[in-house]
Amino acid sequence: MRQEVVLALLAKEPSHGYDLRARLREALGPLGEDMNPGQVYVTLTRLERSGLVESERSTGLADRPDRKLYALTAEGQQRVAGWLAEVSWPKPDLAEFHLKLVAAAAAGLADPLTIVDTQRRELLRRLREAQRAAMAEPNGSDAALLLEGIVLRLQADLRWLEECERNWNRRGSGS
Amino acid sequence: MSDIADASVLRASGLRKEYGKGAGMVRAVDGVDLDVAGGETVAVMGPSGCGKSTLLHLLGGLDRPSDGEVWLAGRRIDRIGEKALARMRRTAVGFVFQAFHLMDELTAVENVELSALLAGRSPRTARRRAVDLLERVGLADRAGFLPSALSGGQRQRVAIARALSNEPTVVLADEPTGNLDSAATLEVLRLFESLHEAGQTLLIVTHDSRIAATADRLISMRDGAFVDETRLTGGTSGQLGALAGLEG
Repeated sequence: MRQEVVLALLAKEPSHGYDLRARLREALGPLGEDMNPGQVYVTLTRLERSGLVESERSTGLADRPDRKLYALTAEGQQRVAGWLAEVSWPKPDLAEFHLKLVAAAAAGLADPLTIVDTQRRELLRRLREAQRAAMAEPNGSDAALLLEGIVLRLQADLRWLEECERNWNRRGSGS
Repeated sequence: MSDIADASVLRASGLRKEYGKGAGMVRAVDGVDLDVAGGETVAVMGPSGCGKSTLLHLLGGLDRPSDGEVWLAGRRIDRIGEKALARMRRTAVGFVFQAFHLMDELTAVENVELSALLAGRSPRTARRRAVDLLERVGLADRAGFLPSALSGGQRQRVAIARALSNEPTVVLADEPTGNLDSAATLEVLRLFESLHEAGQTLLIVTHDSRIAATADRLISMRDGAFVDETRLTGGTSGQLGALAGLEG
């Protein structure tokens, strides 16, 4: 996860690391549970070192020790604005899988259809897991939307595998 | 019945369905063997035209095979008379279709009780059961609504309640989420999951990988035949975070 995510969460109001973690967990739902609990604090320390956030000690409550209250610096605010305006998108590595099929078929090392089948089973298992997590979320939660994104991407990958199968099936039968 | 030999509630062997003759003959179902155990959820997945709907019709006694056997609830149904077959369809099978097939002029509760009435239950019993079923699918407060006043997801849930009306041995669903958006799809999947937990046997034919992935067992069908089978139950990979771009 990029540092800018933590930085952008601070744009709402100065916060403790604890609050940022809670907000992350709410937005990520079941995906947030796998997160390393120390990650937010490590990130905040780095951000402070690079001058993007500043902190002051706040008086602790009875049941909690003193905590640092973090706030964006002017530079930090600028970085957040830049990040929000930035266009980026994850790149799925389709070429590697495609070339695996091409190479396997050319060398006669493995049947491309077997490779496709194995890959499909794995994707279906992941889809099942994502689908189950989505079914467990209340309608309209932020985390449900993220899970829906995972489900849709896996469905797209499975459709591409169908095309791969059709293609290699045809070549295999020599027509 | 004396011929219930095993735990399978739905079984087919050497199943074929051919249309037309000579050079124009189409084998819609071409040698299918299937065994569904009680309480199992099985998905048959394949592209449109692969024969999966025809298969579902053969399994539910809506159509007869050209060759092969179908056993439902321990009884061979491919050769029994029309009347006996109609009775099996009413009592042993619950159908769910893509287009819902609700009666437009009947309210939700009337749609659900209709199949119990046709099966010979008293109006009072049929109504009580219909009300219970609507509650089970989360639509108790919509009992008096006409289908036209319900959303797609709600209509399909009414259709599922109707399918359960006669406590069928198996529910057969043909592309049950084909007309639904993703929120309504999720509603239907949650409902199927609760049926599964209650021990209902379920066979779903679909081209939607999303429903297929919720089954215990997934069968791929192509050109009228089964080409692959996967068991999806078992340990989870714990990779959801990685799929969303979060590292551990």
